[in-house]
Formats: sequence, C-alpha cells, structure tokens
Amino acid sequence: MSDPTVPPQPPDEGMPPTNVTDPMPAMAEAFAFEREDEIERAVGEGFAASGGDVSGHATGGLWRTAGRELLRKKSAVVGLVMLTVLVFLAVFAPVIAPYDPNEVLFSEGVAPRDAPCIHLLGCPDDQPQHILGIDGNGRDYFSRLVYGARVSLLAAFVAVTFAMVWGTIVGLIAGFFGGAADNVLMRLMDVLLSFPSLLLAIAIVSVLGPGLINAILAISVVTIPQYARIVRSSVLSIREQEFVAADRALGVGTWRLLWHRIFPNALTPLVVIATLGIATAVLEIASLSFLGLGVQPPTPEWGSMLAAERNQVFTAPHLVFFAGLMIMWNVLSFNLLGDGLRDALDPRLGR
Amino acid sequence: MTQATANGGPVLEIRGLKTHFFTRDGVVKAVDGVDLTVEAGEIVGLVGESGCGKSVTSMSVLRLVQDPGRIVDGSIRFQGTDLLGLSDKEIRNIRGDRISMIFQQPISSLNPVYTAGFQIAEVYRVHRNMKKGPARDKALEVLREVGIPDPERRIDAYPHELSGGMAQRIMIAMALAAGPELLIADEPTTALDVTIQAQIIDLMRDVREDLGTAIILITHDLGIVAEIADRVAVMYAGEIVEEADVETLFTDPKHPYTRGLIGSIPVAGARREWLDVIPGRVPNLIDLPPGCRFAPRCRARLENDLTICTEREPALLDVGENHTARCWLYSEGRR
Repeated sequence: MSDPTVPPQPPDEGMPPTNVTDPMPAMAEAFAFEREDEIERAVGEGFAASGGDVSGHATGGLWRTAGRELLRKKSAVVGLVMLTVLVFLAVFAPVIAPYDPNEVLFSEGVAPRDAPCIHLLGCPDDQPQHILGIDGNGRDYFSRLVYGARVSLLAAFVAVTFAMVWGTIVGLIAGFFGGAADNVLMRLMDVLLSFPSLLLAIAIVSVLGPGLINAILAISVVTIPQYARIVRSSVLSIREQEFVAADRALGVGTWRLLWHRIFPNALTPLVVIATLGIATAVLEIASLSFLGLGVQPPTPEWGSMLAAERNQVFTAPHLVFFAGLMIMWNVLSFNLLGDGLRDALDPRLGR
Repeated sequence: MTQATANGGPVLEIRGLKTHFFTRDGVVKAVDGVDLTVEAGEIVGLVGESGCGKSVTSMSVLRLVQDPGRIVDGSIRFQGTDLLGLSDKEIRNIRGDRISMIFQQPISSLNPVYTAGFQIAEVYRVHRNMKKGPARDKALEVLREVGIPDPERRIDAYPHELSGGMAQRIMIAMALAAGPELLIADEPTTALDVTIQAQIIDLMRDVREDLGTAIILITHDLGIVAEIADRVAVMYAGEIVEEADVETLFTDPKHPYTRGLIGSIPVAGARREWLDVIPGRVPNLIDLPPGCRFAPRCRARLENDLTICTEREPALLDVGENHTARCWLYSEGRR
C-alpha cells in the first residue's frame, strides 16, 4: 500500500526502459503527477486520507463517498438518528421495557386504560409507574410500544429483502436477455402492478390466513414489480456500455458478466428504492395488522395496538396517539434516509 | 508471456468474411467479403471512414457481433483454428487470452465500480484460475510493463480517478495480461490528446517488439498508420479496396479512394487553400449502387470516362508487388 505522503518518485522510475531515449516518458511523468494533484484536489481530503487502502473491497470507493455525502445532508442525518433510536429500542427492548409486553397487570392494582403515571411528574409514589399508561387488557403500554419496534422493523426488512431479491432476479434476466424472457417476466409484473397493492395483500392474506409471515409474504409479492422495473431499466442502459463490450472481449462469461459486472452498477437506484420501500412496508404491515390480517394478538404491533383502542380515542387518547406516533416516526426516518441516499448516490449532482 | 512464434503460418487469416445486419429496413451489408491476413508480430492498419465496416470486421473476429448482426459467410482462422466453428465456451476462452481487444473510449471501457487492479486481475482469474492474491501481483507486474507511473497506487484507483491516457494504458494492460498472440486495437487513440496519442502508439510499438504480439490497428487516422503499421488495408463500404505495405501505400496509392484519403490529410505547416475533400458520403449499405461501390464519388471515373464502374464490380487486382487494389483503372480489358 503506498503512502500518500511520500513525495513523487523521480521521473525515470516506472517507465519501461525502451522509452528512456524518447522525450515522451518525461512528459508522461509530468502529466501523470499533474493529474494526480488534480485528482486529489477534486476528490478532496477523503481520498487523500484513505490513500491507497481501498484494496480488495470492490465498491469501497463509491460507498465511502456516498457515506460522506450522506452525512453532509441534514435531513438524512435526522433520518439516520431517528432510525438509530428505533433500532436501539428494538435491539434492547428487554432491557428498556419495564414489564413483559404480554403480562396482564391487574394483580398489581391497575385498571384498564389507566392514564400514564410518572413519579417524576407528581404521580403518587405508592402507585406503580407506567409512563404511557395501561392498555385495555391491563398491560404496560410503554413496554408494548418498545417491543412493537421489533416486529415493525423486522417485518419491514424481511418483506423488502424478499421483494428486492426476487425483483432483482426478474429485472436482471428481463433486462439482460430481453426478447421473450423480458416480455413474459415484465407482463407478469404488469399483472401484479395492476392490483391496488393493499387490496392484493389483503387477498393474499385472506387466502393464506392471517399472521405475520403471511402478511410479510403478501407485502413483498406486491412490491416485487417495483424492484424488477428499477433493476431492468438500469440493466438496459448498463448492458449497452462500453465496459460490457470490453468484458465480453476479455472472455467474461454471461453469468459472471450479469452478476459481477452489471449488477453492481445497478445497485445504487436499488438501494434508494429499497430504503424508501421499507417505509412503505412499515405502513402496510401496520395497515394489515390494523385490519386484523397481520400480526395476531397478543404480539405487540403498532397497527394492531391502534386498532384495539381506536374506539377509546376520546377517553384514552394516549393509547392511540403513541402507537400512531411510532408508525410515523418509523416511516419518516426511512423516508428521510432514502431521500438523502438518493441525493448522495446521484452522480449527476457534482461533488 | 508467450512469444507469438506459432507454427510458421499467419496468426489470423480472414477469408470472404460477410457480416450482415438484419434490420427492419433491410439487410445492412456491413462487411461484405473481406480477406485479411495478419502474420505473427505484424502490425496491420485497417483504415476507412466511419461506418465502412472496420469495427464490425474486428468484432467478427472475436464473434462479438450482437443481434441483429450475423456472420453469414466466410472463414476466420486463428493459428489454424476456425474461430467460426468453435463453441461459445471455446471462443470465450480465446477472448482476452489469445486474442484481445482494446476500445476507443478507455474510461468508459472500464467498469466504474471496480478498481483498475481488480479488473486486470480478473483476466488471470477468468483465464488462469488464479486466486486473488497472486492475480493482484501479476496485475501489478503488467501495470509496470505498460509504463503506469506509481503502479502500487494506481492499482487501487477507480476509473473515474484516471486520465484518458492512463485508462488506455490500463486497458492495454488488461488486453496484454494473458499474453495474447493478437491484439485488436479499435481506434485506441481517437479519444486521447495528441501527446498522449504518441505515448500510446509508442507503447503499442513496444508491445510488438517485446512480446511479438501481432496487432490489428483500426483507425481513421492515416498519420498513426503511417507511423507504426507494417501493412495497411483500406476499407470502403464493407470491402477492402486496397492493400499494400505502408510505404507503398503512402508513396504510390492506386485506388482513387485511398488517394482521396491521403489527399485529405491536413499537413502541419503547409497552408493549403483547399484540402482534397472526397465529395459525397459512404453509400447506404442496404441499397448499394451496382458496380463499384466508390463509383458515385470517384473523380477518376469521370476523368477517364469509364462506364464499366457503374455496371460491374471490380475484383481485387494485383497492381504491384504485394499490392492490390479494387479498381477498374488497373484492369486490362476494362472497356
């Protein structure tokens, strides 16, 4: 690995000995170092600092620049922070939640839909503390809310990953091979797209039966066409690029070309769409659960928690408000992050 | 690196190659009966205007012609093997290993998401089944061979961090990595600055000297051809219209098209009122004129008042030692 702080080598090193008598090599050297300065100026302190250590990792350069760009965007940083809070809640739920989310606490002297009791804010010390109150079945609402983050995030991630994998496979094959494969696959995607997504998801769940796994499946099937279209359109333009022709001329086989050469170039729009897609998936999981088709009780899930207390919105507004707030928080964080990623990964916005 | 000694015969022998494109508007006869022979260690210039079939000829050699194009006739023998008879897998093993190709746009010919070194190493991984580490060492070695300054650092550079000349050196490094017997260079200098052009030309000359690689140099720049080619074939509308060694071609061009090409080179320092421009443009390759394809633009035809030119197509005629031209002017019983 070369050290960027080492001063430029004397000009005759690195040139083939056959050229020594020629005036050109010296010029080549001069030119090369001039360019080097230019490059360093253009890429900025990041590249200079990272120097040569970009070894091995194939896409390090792109993602590193994108990461820096992302941190420069305020909205993306806000999204990232919001997401970190959520992930923290989900991962450390057993530590954060004061009660088991499914434990009925009537024996501890609480009533259904008790208002929040926070000792710091003047709630009598002899009453047990429930910072967001008690739900209709006598369970600690805050604990359920915290555990809800787990279900929501996990379900959304799994749904998007599943859809992304299948959409990518479909898009790559359709875009690269074209012709009949393209026609058959994309018409299939068009059929999927022609259903209102939530209705199709409801239909799928109705057939397969309610439950978290089926809800995830329904949501991912519905979103496969989005990813297929994005990947296909990228592949269509990438496969016409000169480097694909060059790779062919170097004897790279079809599948290697598709997976190792074309796919990495199609990754950026996919990442953006997937991030935004998680936000949608969060909403749809919540919607299905709200309708009773997703997560089944007693598992804590924000959508079903909303549904359970929706009739009490005037008598116990906190039971509806905070579940809704969490859904919004989740969706907003991914939307902000997705928007930021889109800007950070867009090569047209000069850096 | 392998020395292109071969078995005495030519490295590449193209006979009667016809590559046609079957478009909605008709059949485009991009290459229509091309014969070309490349000896071991020889640099052959393939010259002509845009759209005359130079690139399609070279793509045909590697069987890289894409739909709707198809090689409809002819044979391409590489060291005795008929390339057109090979299976897809067999031709893939030849590409990049024994015949390589470099392209006009060096930066866009490199995959933007991989480093230069990774892409050179790929050649060893694809063709030599090498592991990552040793392949990288070999890549560093080739980078040094093609005269990249500071190769230890450049090996980890992404294409967008490279200048055009640097990227072209890396393309050449990739092409030479496996030690091919034949290098096809498709307008390798067209996108580069003049000074960088000279460096790349020098590099290709060194490659031939040091490795004995035969080179087909496709270009429309006669200056470059004059500088490094041994033999030149001039293409027009899908056919070779004149072929000669480089001195003969420039001192004694026979075909009116070749003369026109040479006449239209601006000479540095000599300010001429008019450049000898060839009037008109390359004919539509779907609907070719009967007779000689150059006839509609040919001044010699008018000057000599030849009628046969627009009626029958001339054959490639011997007009000197190892010098052929496809023109009725040099035919005995032309009238």
